[in-house]
Amino acid sequence: MTVNMGPHHPATHGVLRLVVDLEGEVVRDLKPVIGYVHTGIEKSCEDKSYWKVIPFVERMDYVSFFFQMEAYCGAVERLVGLEIPERAKHLRVIFLELNRIHSHLVWLGTTALDLGAISMLWYCFRERDRILDLFEMATGQRMHTRYFQVGGVIEDIPVGFAKKLREFLTDMPVRIEQYQALLDRNEVFLSRTKNTGIVSRERLLELGVTGPLLRAAGEPWDLRKAFDYLAYPKFDFKVPVGTIGDNYDRYRVRVAEMFESVRIIEQALDGLPEGPFIADDRKYVLPPRSELSTSMESLIHHFKLVTEGYRVGPGEIYYAIESPRGELGCFVLADGSAKPARVHFRDPSFVNLQAFKDMSVGSYIADMICSLGMLDPILGGVDR
Amino acid sequence: MPDATGLELIRGEVEAAHPGAVLDTGFSQERAVLSIDPAFILPVLTWLREAPGQEYTFLSSLHAADYLPASPRFAVHYELLNRDRVERLRVKALLDDPASPAGGGVGGTAPEDASATGRGGGSPAPTGPAADGMVLPEIDSCVEMFPTAEFQEREVFDFFGIVFKGHPDLTRILLPEDYVGWPQRRDFPVGGEPVTFTYNEKNYG
Repeated sequence: MTVNMGPHHPATHGVLRLVVDLEGEVVRDLKPVIGYVHTGIEKSCEDKSYWKVIPFVERMDYVSFFFQMEAYCGAVERLVGLEIPERAKHLRVIFLELNRIHSHLVWLGTTALDLGAISMLWYCFRERDRILDLFEMATGQRMHTRYFQVGGVIEDIPVGFAKKLREFLTDMPVRIEQYQALLDRNEVFLSRTKNTGIVSRERLLELGVTGPLLRAAGEPWDLRKAFDYLAYPKFDFKVPVGTIGDNYDRYRVRVAEMFESVRIIEQALDGLPEGPFIADDRKYVLPPRSELSTSMESLIHHFKLVTEGYRVGPGEIYYAIESPRGELGCFVLADGSAKPARVHFRDPSFVNLQAFKDMSVGSYIADMICSLGMLDPILGGVDR
Repeated sequence: MPDATGLELIRGEVEAAHPGAVLDTGFSQERAVLSIDPAFILPVLTWLREAPGQEYTFLSSLHAADYLPASPRFAVHYELLNRDRVERLRVKALLDDPASPAGGGVGGTAPEDASATGRGGGSPAPTGPAADGMVLPEIDSCVEMFPTAEFQEREVFDFFGIVFKGHPDLTRILLPEDYVGWPQRRDFPVGGEPVTFTYNEKNYG
């Protein structure tokens, strides 16, 4: 029997349609059908000057907006050869890791909800709200903050932010332990996640799967460790890995990653250097507001940057970072004008979704729901 | 990343194994780029994956770009990764647009299999299979070698109209099945697409 699941099924976490061939309750074949929230962001970016692309690309994967900003800004910075100040690197790490915790909390709450643990959603969203409060305090927006700029960040963190962040960092490990206490000894949760949705490490690598899914299968591959970007080499953190790569391992790896993110933020905040938060290059970075009324040159730079934007010399670059879902790559092609000729995102959800068939074929349809939750696709990122 | 010297060594070895395969090498922003003739895409990818000392076994991304008005116009990018040495290498397959009047084989080195199919080489006559009657550029699919390319090749086909020969299910992936046109091409305008609300249909036909 062929069953059409979605595109509006609540367990698909977005507008994903699954064409499932069933034999009784067992999945025999499966085909994801995507494209329902395709908005043509990549095409629209071709018509925007470089600085106007930033808020656009944030809206692809709407749960990990800081990561999209970093991938895009980092790519443009490397194209124009702009070095960002140390303080900006630390601030970026703080917000990226806060965003990683936020993304994992949304995943944990909604996935546990699929498995029947409704209370988890409220606990996870309680902490998620505190992270959004922190975003709002520093950037003025709760989501899609447009905080990262080419050259650094738009403004320094406000007075009192560090104190509020430290309070959050002291509470968070306790809260994560509470989540574990709720789920780790829960018979229903354990029997539904253990030994379901197993895909071998070799097969995952063939399918190009990255992120927590790959690490759950025992492959310690993390771009934060492998490549040298931002201030990550300075910090001491571990890469959690699983053993057999079932849904339980995927859960454990993500929860362990939240602990590691808390540690990274603590170190980044402790070692936060003084100094500028954005590069001092007037060809790419807006001059400070105070100079506009006294310096004619600053006014001209400001006018040129806001009206035409800056030009980027011909070149192309692929810059990849570790997002909560895996390798998030940004490809930017510059043709010398003030608008990018192509902005392409290698979205981890899009690539990881190919492993869903391997995870589900041969298992019960209930396990398929569990596997989909543990896969953690964000359909905004899949369809772009 | 392989450094500039390492890239030239790779070029030399690929040239020795497949004469005429490498068109150009580039090294910018600390990234190595190997531009190749699309007829040799599978042998070159196989060589890079299996030759001892190379072992670029992970395809992290496959995407395309339109370099209009340059010729060859399109390029399919393969972002290869060696996870042991933590090295990235970009392979660029340069594709001509057979629909343009200047279309033809890449730089005069028209591969024989392209002219055998009658679509890739030389003839600008619209005899291709595309829905809108355009002749489409073609390249071999690498899904057998890298299963991860399945969705990504479909995406490139969807947005650029580049046909991947041997792909198991080459259909549109993000756009509707009945969509006409290749929207990520540079000559496809932004905006201006009619929205089919029932009101519009009734009042504007």
